[in-house]
Amino acid sequence: MADTMSVTAHEPAHGPGPDATKRDFLKLVTGASAIIGAAAIAWPLVDSMNPSKDVLALAELEVDLTPIVQGQGIIVSWRGQPVFVRHRTEAEIKAAEAVALSELRDPEADSARIKPGHAQWLIVSGVCTHLGCIPLGNKPSDPRGTYGGWFCPCHGSQYDTSGRIRQGPAPANLPVVPYVFETDTKIKIG
Amino acid sequence: MVGLYKSDIKNPLLRWVDSRLPILSIVQKEYGVFPTPKNFNYFWAFGGLAMVNLMIMIATGIFLAMSYTPHINMAFDSVERIMRDVNYGWLLRYAHANGASMFFIVVYIHLFRGLYYGSYKAPRELLWMLGVVLLLLMMATAFMGYVLPWGQMSFWGATVITNLFSAIPLVGEPIVHWLWGGFSVANPTLNRFFSLHYLLPFVIVGVVFLHVVALHITGSNNPLGIEPKGPQDTLPFHPYYTVKDSVAICVYFMVFAMLVFFFPNALGHSDNYIPANPLLTPTHIVPEWYFLPFYAILRAVPSKLGGVTLMFGAILVLFALPWLDTSPVRSARFRPVYRIVFWFLVIACIALGVVGANPPEGIWVPIGRLGTAYYFIHFLVLMPLLGKLERPLPLPESISHPVLGGGPLPGAAAVHPMEKV
Repeated sequence: MADTMSVTAHEPAHGPGPDATKRDFLKLVTGASAIIGAAAIAWPLVDSMNPSKDVLALAELEVDLTPIVQGQGIIVSWRGQPVFVRHRTEAEIKAAEAVALSELRDPEADSARIKPGHAQWLIVSGVCTHLGCIPLGNKPSDPRGTYGGWFCPCHGSQYDTSGRIRQGPAPANLPVVPYVFETDTKIKIG
Repeated sequence: MVGLYKSDIKNPLLRWVDSRLPILSIVQKEYGVFPTPKNFNYFWAFGGLAMVNLMIMIATGIFLAMSYTPHINMAFDSVERIMRDVNYGWLLRYAHANGASMFFIVVYIHLFRGLYYGSYKAPRELLWMLGVVLLLLMMATAFMGYVLPWGQMSFWGATVITNLFSAIPLVGEPIVHWLWGGFSVANPTLNRFFSLHYLLPFVIVGVVFLHVVALHITGSNNPLGIEPKGPQDTLPFHPYYTVKDSVAICVYFMVFAMLVFFFPNALGHSDNYIPANPLLTPTHIVPEWYFLPFYAILRAVPSKLGGVTLMFGAILVLFALPWLDTSPVRSARFRPVYRIVFWFLVIACIALGVVGANPPEGIWVPIGRLGTAYYFIHFLVLMPLLGKLERPLPLPESISHPVLGGGPLPGAAAVHPMEKV
């Protein structure tokens, strides 16, 4: 193109189609390279805000179950947030298993929320799925709501003895946190 | 005038914005069609590079501050945590630390470009003086940033530099205690240095804006040091200089990447990886490389107040340069004597840097004094005298003239300016 040598070459004379020129191609390649380069430079900045290695290293927690008597739960802090570890009574387990799934807002069987052979242990996140308060109900003297599980004092959400939402504004069950039984009396969360 | 701005933007939405807030028109005027001398060499890319560098420093700095703890018991460990645990923390810190060095390399070249081509002369005096203000702000920011990791060099650098103010008669000691927030460099000092280190870059952004506004009033100088005489002497800034600056930016990033990825600690001092100890001074204490010439000037005279005065004077003299230089010719291309003494100044500054890196004994003492003497003689004696004594070479008729052929003005000496490029 003759105009590549001319001082008017910067004028936007070209576009897609038969008039496309080498200059258009160079502009696109240059622009694309600049965007890729900028993104590559921006990523380390963004990623530095993700959890760091020392934070991730604190993401595992061992809990000794022996001091927890039946009918009681404790709160442990895992990744800076509360986790309920509850030692359920036979009556509480039966109540949880007896509920028909159709009655539930967030249908999930009790058997899917415990480890086989350890039905007396329920380990769930202690953060209300409504707006993040910590529900009451670990101590037998706490208000546990109509369903005998937990009662959130902020907005009145009620959870049953499997930690499932039964009444109130919360949309979902208390999620089961990842854990394994290391022995019959010791679990590792995380 | 009241009413909407008459925008030339075609797109109706952008036009709606532009008629109320004509930022698009301003960008188009100042960075699109802005008439720029057509004979720039690559030394004119360094202002833009400094701008890019400032953005990198602010971006990496903001993210580093998210992981840094400004407390004397935790600062050092928080920096080590950034290096080991924070995702890409090593990259952010090395880019920030070496970015400071790159910033000074770029700015020193920018400054010597101005000295060589007489960019400080009328009508660009204020532009130049704003540049000197930027240099002072940069130095203060860099110094306070170096204190933050709270290593041995951080602590003792902070002690030595703040003690400079104790040289002031009568009020020196109260000023130093005020700077420290106590009776030694301690936690209050670290806290305020962190606060100011975060603040000053934004002050720099503000002064850079003024620097650019002043530049766009007078227009850029150019290697010939003569003003453009019309459209035949200029090119629109875009695409000609956006592209030329982009090439410079690519090379700049290559040098920067080489430093960060292959020699990340080459320009730092290993003693700063030892946590600060207020009871033990390192045997050989030196500032960062970009302060070494000034450090050498500080130590050049056996007088506390004298050394401090000379050191600050070495920068303050630059403010007076537009009036100290009495020559009407800008570019050193047409100043046969200044072109030589300019390089003496460069050599003196490098020599002072080497002297500053060495202990103040033996041969380094006389060399430091010689360099210091030349530095001030250059600005205070040679610059005023040369304007009177030097016979400049004939200037070309216009910027286009030497490019498109033709000799100098009739009657002038038979030297073609391009032969000396």
